[in-house]
Amino acid sequence: MAKQEKSRAKSSSPIVKFFLVLFMLAMAFFILGPLLWLAIHAFVTNWTYPNIYPDGWTWHWWTQVFADSALEHSIRNSLIISPIVVLLSMIICLPAAYAAGRMQYAGRKTFLIGMFAANSFPKIGLFASIATLYYALNLMGTIVGVIIIQLLGTIIYMTWIPAAAFASVPRNLEEAARDAGASKFRVFRTITLRLAMPGILVAIVMSFLASFDEAQGTYLVGAPSIYTMPTEMYALVENYPIQVAAVFSLLLALPSVLLIGLARKHIVGGQLAEGFQIK
Amino acid sequence: MVNSPQEDGLVLNGLTKILGGRVIIDNLHLVVKKGEMVSLLGPSGCGKTTTLRMIAGFLIPDKGNIVLDGKDVTTIGPEKRPSAMVFQNYALWPHMTVFNNVAYPLKVRKLTKPDIEKRVHDALALVNLMHHKDSRPGQISGGEQQRVALARALVQEPDILLLDEPLSNLDAKLRVKVREDIRDLQRRLGITTVIVTHDQDEALSISDRIAVMNNGKIEQFSTPQELYDRPETEYVANFIGSLNHIQGGYENGQITPGTDVVGIRPEDVHFSKEELPGSYPATVELVVPRGHFCEVYLKRADIELRAFISSDVPRAGSTGFVKINKALIYKDGKLVKVA
Repeated sequence: MAKQEKSRAKSSSPIVKFFLVLFMLAMAFFILGPLLWLAIHAFVTNWTYPNIYPDGWTWHWWTQVFADSALEHSIRNSLIISPIVVLLSMIICLPAAYAAGRMQYAGRKTFLIGMFAANSFPKIGLFASIATLYYALNLMGTIVGVIIIQLLGTIIYMTWIPAAAFASVPRNLEEAARDAGASKFRVFRTITLRLAMPGILVAIVMSFLASFDEAQGTYLVGAPSIYTMPTEMYALVENYPIQVAAVFSLLLALPSVLLIGLARKHIVGGQLAEGFQIK
Repeated sequence: MVNSPQEDGLVLNGLTKILGGRVIIDNLHLVVKKGEMVSLLGPSGCGKTTTLRMIAGFLIPDKGNIVLDGKDVTTIGPEKRPSAMVFQNYALWPHMTVFNNVAYPLKVRKLTKPDIEKRVHDALALVNLMHHKDSRPGQISGGEQQRVALARALVQEPDILLLDEPLSNLDAKLRVKVREDIRDLQRRLGITTVIVTHDQDEALSISDRIAVMNNGKIEQFSTPQELYDRPETEYVANFIGSLNHIQGGYENGQITPGTDVVGIRPEDVHFSKEELPGSYPATVELVVPRGHFCEVYLKRADIELRAFISSDVPRAGSTGFVKINKALIYKDGKLVKVA
């Protein structure tokens, strides 16, 4: 893809090339600009409108964040809750994904499209009705309640992406393994699952991010007893100077960046990509 | 069949398979001798692949049974069956090296590590692929992938080797070489082999016997030479080699009016400038060079004949004499006479 675009740019006129570069710079500024602003604010004493340069540099905001026990608490909550959510999501959704990708049954399409239904309405309405249910079940303000809320957002990733991955494993690769003497379970473990792994890894990353960044539902169900990093942001924006929020944003982005970097290396560069077209 | 049971490698006994309400295989009988190489030949949709998949255990027949080396294997799953299959597109596992692809069946059988290593090395040496043992399937050519698939099948030391269109994904030159390699290996190992193909050249050159299939049935099962010289049905005659079709009768080397079908191989049509006993005059309509021979269209009155001529090729428009050396006469599609 990238190669194609490059060669196309090479063959086109200088004017087109100029606008292409301009467009790319604008895009880069649009995407990276706010991040850069954030990154700088995490280290400045003060930086307001007419001044071109910040007033001074400091680590103060970082020490403040790490000294605050509420912040530390929210970080720990996030790092505990998100992995649990992803694990539960895998346990619940992967068998469903295998069924949807591999078997033909009545209502299969309806099932897959239905996964979208929960995501196609404003979530806040859904959360409000869930909240009434939670009061009845005494789940309000509990870890379990937060986990269930976050689980909802991961289902779409954990079913659709692995379903496509399972569906794309050629049947005769499984038949060849059966012919070689492997039991059905062994075929699944050594052939089907291995070949669907890149898709499952992508689903894991997407689900983790969905859970890690979920704020609306978590706030509604968890506050005031359970705060995760995104919901803690609300409090920060209201109660602290903007620089603390900047520090916290960077911390919030850190797992996402790490995870995507890791998955990229494993999926695109790894052996799984060979003989396998990653779309 | 006159073979004693010990000599039979594979017996298909009244196999019937119905898929989606359609009879795909219809009461099929076939006896393959031990160590024999048999082709299932036919056009697509004739049921040859379905038959192979039943022998491999991927499909269970609705009726009839499959006996392998004297043991009934009809309902045994593919993982327990002593058969090994080479798939049409090889079905190599892309996430394993060539070595691991070939080692997989042995690992499943829980052989010891040194044992596995030795047998995989032997199998790879057999197909000349030792230098690629650490490559992945995506890094080697189609012909090499084919040999890996073959090694993966042979390493299992199966009682029967099943090949599903093994050469269809290779280019023409390579196809001839690989089919000779397969034939050579099969002879050397003496392994009972069933090969599915739609390519008559392939079937004729590689098999001990050929089963020509049509509509889920075997039309004829005989040696390549017999199949060519004495096709029992019009369908077989058409499928193997070329054939001139003439509606009529045949007497003393002459086409006479009639209702039967006279089939004449183009190589049995002799053309010469001089009149010979039993020949009749004809005009050369068209000459098509085919490399080592020419396809010549001869016409006399309303009878048109194709002839394959390799020396003294006549010119289009010239006249001469045609002599028919051999004709196959069919009534209702069945062979009634060879004259």
